[in-house]
Amino acid sequence: MTSVADPIAGPAHADAPASSAAATRAEAPPTITAVNERELRLDLFRGLALWLIFIDHLPQNLLTWLTIRNYGFSDATEIFIFISGYTAAFVYGRAMQEQGTVVASARIFKRVWQIYVAHVFLFTIFLAEISYVATRFQNPLYTEEMGILDFLKEPDVTIVQALLLRFRPVNMDVLPLYIVLMLFLPLILWLMRRRADLTLGLSVLLYALTWEFDWHLTAYPNGSWAFNPFAWQLLFVFGAWCALGGAKRMERILNSPITLWICVAYLLGAFWVTLTWHIPQIHHLLPKLLEQWMYPINKPDLDVLRFAHFLALAALTVRFLPKDWPGLKSIWLRPMVLCGQHSLEIFCIGVFLAFAGQFFLGEIAGGAIMHGLVSLIGIVIMSTAAWVFSWYKRVTAKGGARAKKTPDADLAGGEVR
Amino acid sequence: MTSLLHRPPWRYALLSLLLATGPAQAEPPKQACEVPAYLLTSESSLPKVKAAVKPDGKLNILVIGSRSSVIGLSDHSAAYPTRLQAYLSEKLPGVAVDVALELQVKKTAEEMAPTLGKLVEDRKPDLVIWQTGTVDAMRQVDGDDFRNALDDGVAAMQKAGTDVILMNLQYSPRTETMISGSAYLDNMRVVAQQHDAPLFDRFAIMRQWNENGDFDLFSPAPGMELAKRVHDCLGRALSSFVIETAHIKTADLRIQR
Repeated sequence: MTSVADPIAGPAHADAPASSAAATRAEAPPTITAVNERELRLDLFRGLALWLIFIDHLPQNLLTWLTIRNYGFSDATEIFIFISGYTAAFVYGRAMQEQGTVVASARIFKRVWQIYVAHVFLFTIFLAEISYVATRFQNPLYTEEMGILDFLKEPDVTIVQALLLRFRPVNMDVLPLYIVLMLFLPLILWLMRRRADLTLGLSVLLYALTWEFDWHLTAYPNGSWAFNPFAWQLLFVFGAWCALGGAKRMERILNSPITLWICVAYLLGAFWVTLTWHIPQIHHLLPKLLEQWMYPINKPDLDVLRFAHFLALAALTVRFLPKDWPGLKSIWLRPMVLCGQHSLEIFCIGVFLAFAGQFFLGEIAGGAIMHGLVSLIGIVIMSTAAWVFSWYKRVTAKGGARAKKTPDADLAGGEVR
Repeated sequence: MTSLLHRPPWRYALLSLLLATGPAQAEPPKQACEVPAYLLTSESSLPKVKAAVKPDGKLNILVIGSRSSVIGLSDHSAAYPTRLQAYLSEKLPGVAVDVALELQVKKTAEEMAPTLGKLVEDRKPDLVIWQTGTVDAMRQVDGDDFRNALDDGVAAMQKAGTDVILMNLQYSPRTETMISGSAYLDNMRVVAQQHDAPLFDRFAIMRQWNENGDFDLFSPAPGMELAKRVHDCLGRALSSFVIETAHIKTADLRIQR
């Protein structure tokens, strides 16, 4: 079994320059991926994605114009899901190799539970905000829109549906997707460590079938999931495939000038199309035929145009940003990298801050300056929190090494005296 | 009170305050609610409207909408359909303009679409303004279902012999956290293009007003006054939109009189 697994997992190790040194360090607790082993580019871009998701969740403002969704088809969600697939496969793939499938799966399920709890926590905060607005907001212009709060009239149904992940308020769609994807990670990894290409092929097949037969998960009170897991799994699995050696094998394609020009051309084309959304005056320059073929660009089912846009972005990034670029360690990019390294926590904080920010802008003070300030403060809080998490992790890891045992949060609750 | 602290840059806020409390209180207050020209034109046109607008002609318009087409449910005198009729009558002298309202409360596009062809055959309007999308967005109706319903509805009405304008959602900053309208806005734009039906972008127009400080749509308890002024402005913008997209030269009408 390991003989098949080794060569697949091998290149992933080789990705990290200091991995051999770190691996021989016996006291490094196996549950923690040492920071210097990580692909800093992944952390950087996941951090960036988290910032962008936060900004996108605030109402439109000046900073919104900096987010990538205004310049092409894909947005921060694609980056987040891809990198999550990549890192999850990297971390748990190694765990599977070292500790076996059962233990690694158990660890994955523990992670799923954490994400689920985080989601429920965010839902509670959302409920609090909504209830407040419901009791305060009396605008006859929006009588119809306020009907959205009718669900507060039957909290029994709503809360149960929320716990079942079927009732998801706006902006709370990413975590349920992530939960479902992680739930299937053991299966994905198990198969991928044996037949990587087959797994990716199956994933593509599922994606295609989803489009063909319109598979989806239903939501409450009606409609379907805003991010269809059957479609979005493609990005996640593709990330995992890259982590377990796929990226290495694609190097030749990625380095070819043909790929480069295709990517550049595609990105420019996508940019041109998005430009027509924002500047209606040039809208007529878009050929009608192209328009009819292209629209609508389906976000719930991860439109091929979006996926391709992400691929093009990723290909260019990998090409022009070498993984040993010294800037990755610079103090200026440090906040972003740190955020990327604690993605779940920072994601939740981001969603919470978006709620809080919206609330602040709506109820207390608004205006463009306030808006910019809220965005900036949000990012500072996210970065600071990430820094604290890193510090805590470092300190506890040291303590754990000294005590010759892995620090484990469960002990805190499990030690009964 | 907080309304002045919100959103708009200061000068606009002050401006709108001056206008709101100005001497024009007695009449329906004229609001500074300019709409950029590109939001009042369309590549599509309204041939039936153009044909109907002639000296001593009759222009029948039917507004099909949900609750956001009216302010209260009983009295529709201040809502945009009534205002549209007033503005069009004023701008099109000699033309008998009639705007009727068909209110379909709490109905999604899918629930409305099958009835629309029949409705047009019965009422025989020259133009239908179909305001929709809000209920769909609130119920998070599947995007494809919504688009198909729009598709069917618009096709049926056009087949029954009327021009169609689609009107999208209101811009509602306070409920942005709860209602995600973007997919519905996109789909409405797509369907409008496919059927060569002009789209009245109520969402963009109202957002523009909010950002320019014409209205403080964020205000938690503005009372009826704000709603009435917004609807008045919507009616005015809509009248310009109809005239513009139908390529009606209002000057000609005056000369012929």
